[in-house]
Amino acid sequence: MSRSQVRRPRGRVDFGGDDTGCTIVHVDMDAFYASVELLEYPDLVGKPVIIGASTGNRGVVLSATYEARALGVHSAMPMSRARRLAPQAVILPPHHARYAEVSRAVMSIFDSITPIVEPLSLDEAFLDVAGARRRLGRPGAIASLIRSRVRDEVGITCSVGVASTKFVAKLASTRSKPDGLLIIPTDKVIEFLHPLPVGSLWGVGEKTEQQLDRLGLQTVADIATTPLATLERALGQAQGRHLHDLSWGRDLRAVVPHEPDKSIGNEETFDADTDDHEWIRSRIAGLADHVGQRMRRSGLVGRTVALKVRFADFTTITRSRTLEVPTDVGADIYATAWALFEALGLQRARIRLVGVRMEGLSEADETPAQLLLDAPEHGRRDAELAMDRLRQRYGPGAVRPGRSSLGEHPPGDR
Amino acid sequence: MKIRVERDALADAVAWSARTLPTRPSLPVLAGVVFSAAGDSITLSSFDYEVSTRVEIDADVESAGSALVSGRLLADIARSLPAQPVVIAAEGSRVTITCGRASFTLPTLPIDDYPAMPEMPQSSGTLDGDTFASAVAQVAIAAGRDDTLPTLTGIRMEIDGDSVVLAATDRYRLAVRELSWTPASSSTQAELLIPAKTLADAAKSFGSAETVTVALAPDGERLIGFEGDRRRTTSRLLDGEFPKYRSLLPNESSTHAVVDTAALIEAVKRVALVAERNTPVRLTFTQGEVGLRAGTGDDAQAEEALEASVTGDDIEIAFNPGYLLDGLTAIDAGQAQFAFTQSTRPAVLSGIVEDQVRSEYRYLLMPVRLTG
Repeated sequence: MSRSQVRRPRGRVDFGGDDTGCTIVHVDMDAFYASVELLEYPDLVGKPVIIGASTGNRGVVLSATYEARALGVHSAMPMSRARRLAPQAVILPPHHARYAEVSRAVMSIFDSITPIVEPLSLDEAFLDVAGARRRLGRPGAIASLIRSRVRDEVGITCSVGVASTKFVAKLASTRSKPDGLLIIPTDKVIEFLHPLPVGSLWGVGEKTEQQLDRLGLQTVADIATTPLATLERALGQAQGRHLHDLSWGRDLRAVVPHEPDKSIGNEETFDADTDDHEWIRSRIAGLADHVGQRMRRSGLVGRTVALKVRFADFTTITRSRTLEVPTDVGADIYATAWALFEALGLQRARIRLVGVRMEGLSEADETPAQLLLDAPEHGRRDAELAMDRLRQRYGPGAVRPGRSSLGEHPPGDR
Repeated sequence: MKIRVERDALADAVAWSARTLPTRPSLPVLAGVVFSAAGDSITLSSFDYEVSTRVEIDADVESAGSALVSGRLLADIARSLPAQPVVIAAEGSRVTITCGRASFTLPTLPIDDYPAMPEMPQSSGTLDGDTFASAVAQVAIAAGRDDTLPTLTGIRMEIDGDSVVLAATDRYRLAVRELSWTPASSSTQAELLIPAKTLADAAKSFGSAETVTVALAPDGERLIGFEGDRRRTTSRLLDGEFPKYRSLLPNESSTHAVVDTAALIEAVKRVALVAERNTPVRLTFTQGEVGLRAGTGDDAQAEEALEASVTGDDIEIAFNPGYLLDGLTAIDAGQAQFAFTQSTRPAVLSGIVEDQVRSEYRYLLMPVRLTG
């Protein structure tokens, strides 16, 4: 929760339609998971709907319709709290494969607009439309085209921000939500930015926000009018300069097309906090197997295995280790993730969540493979590929590694 | 206990003993070094349930006795003392170290809580310290560092009469060294797996010793000891089945190439500057020449060519530059000989000294499969 006294301005604004030089477009799907679910359940349109684990009380809200948001529900909120806030809401379990499919359809619309598309996640992307103007018209017209094509071809709504820099475009799309379009003309950037709370700036998290608050800086204008030297002293040279630049609308980042996934990971919040290492081990094995599956499906290999552990008091630690050679094999990921866990030397710490993540990703067929001296003709990777085929045919629960099957609930919970 | 000792001898002994101290001791007392004074020498020992060390140095012993003090602190102090004789005195729960006009007072750790150290087994034979150090260093480079595969973090030692074979592999390369020793009994036979890091450290510190004694414990004890130069160390053995490495050594080859080792090392280092993140160096052997190349596509690229005497088929093969350099350095010979079969099969690297292939050391290196 923001400690700042300045609230984000709400409501529609209009800075005029002058889109000269505003070649950066940020598109953000509205309540993406929820909107995709409503395609399947049209009778729920207009009702509060929450996407999240429908059993247990310990997951978090992945998405919610605007009707649910009106009741105070938001993403990443614990499900238990969301249920209290919106007891009448319909809760639907997530269908990740379906979201990925819809995302591909949306991204292919973007690709037909411009080759310079930088997806940020399944439901969000930057487009540089400078080269599309001659073919498709002015940026504002292109933004409207994107909105109508997404609505007509995919059936969900999105919000679009148009500006001359990435971070202003992103702020604009957020401000126009839901189902809106906001152009920030180049000469109105300062007028748009300065009333915003400091937390709107890219790179300002809770901690920096507190730091700024202690300096009495609450709005972007406050930062803009603080001498650069003062900011650098308070926040460090890089961060100080960065925020000062942003406060004046300066952001030199270009739209980088097809940025590959930076990491692939899964995590699991337990039904009850636990210190049972055998059980945690089975969950790490299951997560590693799942991450391996996703890596193979995406045709990626990764070099670094990261383990995340969140304790009952929400303290969170991550540990990572870089492998000698890149892998997409669940068993290798598991071995390293478990070694990282064991190296923590935990005794009786109660654990709430574990996560396994692969970083340092590269395309498998472009990554040189260090061969093994004693590679069996059919190794563990072949076994996992066979498991992939079985799961494709008989469903995700068809087969899993033996060491991941100690049950779905912590022992204390049974 | 009260003793007087040479500053350099003390600093060396403490540094050697402290090196094996555990960083996170399972018992607080294991962070200590045991001092014992008797006769005209003192011994310093450390132990972490895996490795024990014991070093003896000359000293004027005014009164015998023993004390346990923090090893890290002691090492830091010993290293920084001025070049003057050192007087160490234990009284009650304190140890005073005086050197010139500097003086330190350290609390002692409860020596009664210190666990019993393993006995040094009986000598099984001896070998030359320098040979031992270089042989172990040659194989240790190929040992695995990944503790999720503990068996591969060891060096395999096979003893049969007067021959010793050392081998290590991380599954990407395999290093095998044969040497001879002087066994106590000509019928000695043993197969052991020793933690590579411990063995490499021990062998290095015995490098200046004229002879190193190897002490094999009876089978059930899972322990090996080394002694030389008034230092001794014991190590727990690793469990597990070491890979059947002999079957990995190829029997034949279709290409032989001989290259100047130092020139190739220099060239690989240069070309590898552009080999980012595990990308390989490609070697193309043709008549009279080896071409080196690294970097692909839009990334930085580098090329270099060297003279080579090549017999047999031309071959293009790619290696992890780090592994290749390890092998070229380890052969410790003016010329390097490569034996190849295919670009996806292991290459055997050995040294040539005065036109003789030195077959006592072989470094088997698995290539990187190229893409595209």
